[in-house]
Amino acid sequence: MTRALKVISCGPSVTVQDRGRPGHLAHGLSRGGAADRLALAEGAALLGQSGDLAALEMAGFGGEFAPTAPMRIALTGAPMDATIDGRSVVWNASHMLAPGQRLRIGAARRGVYGYLHVGGGIDTPLRLGARAVHLASGLGRAMAPGDAVPVGPDAQGQTGQVLAAQDRFSGGAARILTSAQTALFTPETLARFEATAFSRDQRANRQGMRLAFDGAPFAAQGQLNILSEIIVPGDIQMTGDGAPFVLLPECQATGGYPRIGSVIPADLPMVAQARPGAPLRFRFVDLPEALAAHRAAIAEKAGLRTKLRPLIRDPRYMNDLLSYQLIGGAITGWE
Amino acid sequence: MSDTAAPPTVFPRLAPIGMTGMLVTFSGILTESANRAALAFRAALVRESWPGVEETSATLTSVFVRFDPLHLSHAALGARLRDLLASADWLAAPLPGGRRRWRIPTVYGGEAGPQLAEAAGHTGMTPQDAAADLSAARVQVLTIGHGPGQPYLGVLPPAWNLPRQSALTARVPEGALVVAIRQLVLFSAPGPTGWRHVGQTAFRCFSPDADDPFALRPGDEATFHAVTPETMAAIRRDPAAGNGGATCEALP
Repeated sequence: MTRALKVISCGPSVTVQDRGRPGHLAHGLSRGGAADRLALAEGAALLGQSGDLAALEMAGFGGEFAPTAPMRIALTGAPMDATIDGRSVVWNASHMLAPGQRLRIGAARRGVYGYLHVGGGIDTPLRLGARAVHLASGLGRAMAPGDAVPVGPDAQGQTGQVLAAQDRFSGGAARILTSAQTALFTPETLARFEATAFSRDQRANRQGMRLAFDGAPFAAQGQLNILSEIIVPGDIQMTGDGAPFVLLPECQATGGYPRIGSVIPADLPMVAQARPGAPLRFRFVDLPEALAAHRAAIAEKAGLRTKLRPLIRDPRYMNDLLSYQLIGGAITGWE
Repeated sequence: MSDTAAPPTVFPRLAPIGMTGMLVTFSGILTESANRAALAFRAALVRESWPGVEETSATLTSVFVRFDPLHLSHAALGARLRDLLASADWLAAPLPGGRRRWRIPTVYGGEAGPQLAEAAGHTGMTPQDAAADLSAARVQVLTIGHGPGQPYLGVLPPAWNLPRQSALTARVPEGALVVAIRQLVLFSAPGPTGWRHVGQTAFRCFSPDADDPFALRPGDEATFHAVTPETMAAIRRDPAAGNGGATCEALP
């Protein structure tokens, strides 16, 4: 029987995501991929597999899933209520899922994007070199009840590992770099931008998020006369009404709104994970500071596997306590 | 607060885009020479294939370079770009080779182009004359952008210098032909637009599972000749009609 994860029910925005498909900007296709790239890396570390593998991204709400074969899973990103056969399972951890069992993932408690990773990765066909669903470009579609998500072969590694995740699910201060049109904004406007307390607006999806704030609109000089050029995730566009719009992985390839700055890649997961109402601030940094943060983020991702810890089973969740072989699990002393 | 100097007005100019991008802009307004410069400069970058450069792309009058700043510093990339800029008169560059001429059947006005009359009003032409004008126009793919394989075509005669609409049209279908600022856009997927929807084709700009997923290339020439709704219906029914009944020939 082929390995698959059956979708019994699911939220409206559950999609297969990976690191996206770079290299097609010249053809108008943006890279796309997971909104929270760090969560993708965390799942790969928990399952001891390649960060190139695809996972299910769940925006706001998960679903109910049933495996057709024994399957390792890991849960990362926005913490959601998760149970296996009604028993709570720990987020940011890896678990075993057996045929006949039901994995239920509810609403995000904090943040927006939760991830369900499987050992062997989601194995939908590659399209233009990646599996990432790119809704805006008509590449793939959101999961629907009745779908069977193919899962790749697994080298059968460990489960029962937990990772202390970087908390990035309640908004915060994002570092930004100047961009091609930053100089179109007056110094006073830039200062006011840095001083303003923003929050994520209701209007947001994988293409971008609008920011709500109190105060006058942010306007650039010559706002309507900018020729369309390449835009990238993290860019903060000032739309016609003067409200900032932060671009996310599924943004269009080109755009003509002036950009006041660009969120550095290291802080983009936090911005993407801000849920409606979450506070966001922006602070200009210079290039050396941005590059130092970039290096640190790369080192952090590379070191995730060294931070894995065995999942300490919380007795509150151990209503099947007697099924654990407590003695057999003890170490001998020279292992 | 970092650098907030006045906008530089000297072209070509270099500017950062995000942390891993650099933009080379040949003109702040659309001109055919700046468009040719962008296409030629991007082609030169593809040939140069510098270590650390991960992707390049041309837009209307600019070239985007995505790079790994941990392996190629902003300063080093900037210096190499300036050297390459100084090595040729890019504004005098010819159009790219391998250009093709497309003829794409189009229905103008009516349900297929609900804003033809409104757009014609801006040009001072009757809807019939406006449709005839667009049908006869020979335009060039200036850039591919916004959506996958989606062309910006131009430059149309001065009468077509219409502003964008102040409010967005919520959704035009795939294959929609829309007009603004002396350019046409042929939609590669359904989507919202601030441009006016004047015609409809059955052309697919993006076929993700085809060997060549992106039909049009910058530099390609296109005409959108008028056909009747009945002819379009027949094209849509005919499996042998190829891509929306379009024809394509190599240009010398």
